[in-house]
Amino acid sequence: MQLVLEKRAERSNTIALVSPLIAIGLTIVTMTILFAILGKNPVLALHAYFIAPLTDGYSLQEIAVKATPLVMIAIGLSLCYLANAWNIGAEGQFLIGAVAGSWIAVKTQGTDAGAWVLPAMLVLAAAAGALYALIPAICKVKFGASEILTSLMLVYVADLLMDYLVRGPWRDPKGFNFPTTAEFDPVATVPLLIEGGRLHFGSIIALLVVAAAAILLGRTIKGFEIRVVGAAPRAARFGGFNANQLIILTFAVSGALAGLAGIIEVAGPVGHLQPGISPGYGFTAIIVAFLGRLNPIGILIAGLFLALTFIGGEQAQIAMKIPLDVTKVFQGILLFYVLACDSLILYRFKLVFPNRQVIRGAG
Amino acid sequence: MELVEAIILSVLAASTPLLIAATGELVTERSGVLNLGVEGMMIVGAACGFGGAWLTGSILIGALFGIIAGVLMSLIFALMALGLAVNQVATGLALTILGIGLSGLIGAGFVGERLTPAAHLYISGLTDIPLVGRVLFGEDAFVYFSIALIVGVWWFLYRTRAGLILRACGDNHISAHALGYPVLRIRTLAVMFGGACAGLAGAYLPLAYTPFFIPGMTAARGWIALALVVFASWRPGRLVVGAYLFGAVTILQLHAQGWGVGIPSQFMSALPYLATVIVLVLLSRARTGGSTAPAALGIVFVPDR
Repeated sequence: MQLVLEKRAERSNTIALVSPLIAIGLTIVTMTILFAILGKNPVLALHAYFIAPLTDGYSLQEIAVKATPLVMIAIGLSLCYLANAWNIGAEGQFLIGAVAGSWIAVKTQGTDAGAWVLPAMLVLAAAAGALYALIPAICKVKFGASEILTSLMLVYVADLLMDYLVRGPWRDPKGFNFPTTAEFDPVATVPLLIEGGRLHFGSIIALLVVAAAAILLGRTIKGFEIRVVGAAPRAARFGGFNANQLIILTFAVSGALAGLAGIIEVAGPVGHLQPGISPGYGFTAIIVAFLGRLNPIGILIAGLFLALTFIGGEQAQIAMKIPLDVTKVFQGILLFYVLACDSLILYRFKLVFPNRQVIRGAG
Repeated sequence: MELVEAIILSVLAASTPLLIAATGELVTERSGVLNLGVEGMMIVGAACGFGGAWLTGSILIGALFGIIAGVLMSLIFALMALGLAVNQVATGLALTILGIGLSGLIGAGFVGERLTPAAHLYISGLTDIPLVGRVLFGEDAFVYFSIALIVGVWWFLYRTRAGLILRACGDNHISAHALGYPVLRIRTLAVMFGGACAGLAGAYLPLAYTPFFIPGMTAARGWIALALVVFASWRPGRLVVGAYLFGAVTILQLHAQGWGVGIPSQFMSALPYLATVIVLVLLSRARTGGSTAPAALGIVFVPDR
């Protein structure tokens, strides 16, 4: 008996729609088993993960806050992946954006700088993220160096740069030697949407980004080029589309979005620059992009779902002492199932029983 | 002289996990499969390796645990990328994300525990030779094994029929399939070998390099191993050179931090990563006249029956 794949005549649209749901279902089954192995009551654990965060207003806001960077980064990554450019260094672009934006916040601290500070921070962060993403893109286009490896290496460089700044020149003199900048001034802080709540203006920006991406991919020639270059490189070449130019463009856009997400996180929910501002948003966003089927609306939904697992993971840790790493395992398993189910869109699985060879006697 | 010897010893120690992991990945890639999950397989190998050694008190059993863990991880990859024809880049990333989570979960109980590190060879007389004695005759078993491993892989790839068939799968899976070779089975074995090596390389870290387990202790070594395979143009001989060069960069920056050169330590720590980027650029640039990568690397293959 053997499992073989059979190519479908055309891609199955039904499965394209339900495959993320199948993947989530399979993940939850797997997690139930994992919780049982860990000696935790699976029903209570799943409740803590997926239901409890949805039942109070504070957690709901917190989900939107966590989803904001995930969605923004994943939208950018989806453009790269559609164009078959593998940016996996969004985490680094996120950190560089956070650092670049914080530079203005730190330098204007305590001065009477006006309302221009926050917009300038956002612009600089996006520009820095884009430039940082252009390093692997240019190395790829000009020299043929694998963008996968270079973009990932730069994550560690960005992390060390930030570490240096918050421990060295930017450290808060009144911060009891903790590696952190001073709390940003109000003009350098992303405003809240609800007074006293958690939800901030960055979530609106994330929604605008989703809308812009939907228009770009669905309504413009550039969006069409991106999709063709990724799906049918030969056809794209005949069509005269410049694949290298699109690699540069998609990397720059995704770097800018990651950088923007970085400064919004720092100037929003965190309020100052410090190590550990990201629980791996740049990597989780890869899962968000795939779970959302590289589609802007899908990514919005997927981002909210993965944000739910972050919040649920924290609640499960507090309530049931379930280790936080379970969230990462959950996210990894989810990505596997998503990819496996995606295979169903193009292929049909078939079990084959090899025929016994019948040996006939001569004559 | 003492210092030179100490530096050579530490370079060898730092290079060994890179060499072992990159050797495995080289075989995997020569069969036409790009497994980006080396980092994930390594970190799970590190957690399981430490766990195995800590529970049984045996470094050997620890190393075996690491190998088994790496193979199991690689089987997930093989099932996805070969069995279900999923994009190899995405699957490899998923494997790394999963591995980081799993290692945290497995290793949680061992954080803070210490272990007697793997013993070093000692041959009375030979090991005591000044300068070269400890370098040649005073290493731990992993170092000798890594050298035997890369020699074995070279011999296998270039001097055996099976190695030729494996390379054929990597260069043109359609022809290899047409000739009747079981491409997917060969690739699965190559992926498993890569997993075993990555698991062992991961286990080396808590068993011999630093005698304790900390989450994330592989610190991108799996990714550097991947870059090394590119650096080596998929050739075993150059892989050895590359691994020791990278080990030397790692140690150089550690020593420079110790000497207090006046450069912030974070900049020195960033050196191995920056070196990887620069080396990748220089090599890819030098290789403008056609790529030396296996021609079918990373391309999905679904056999028609």
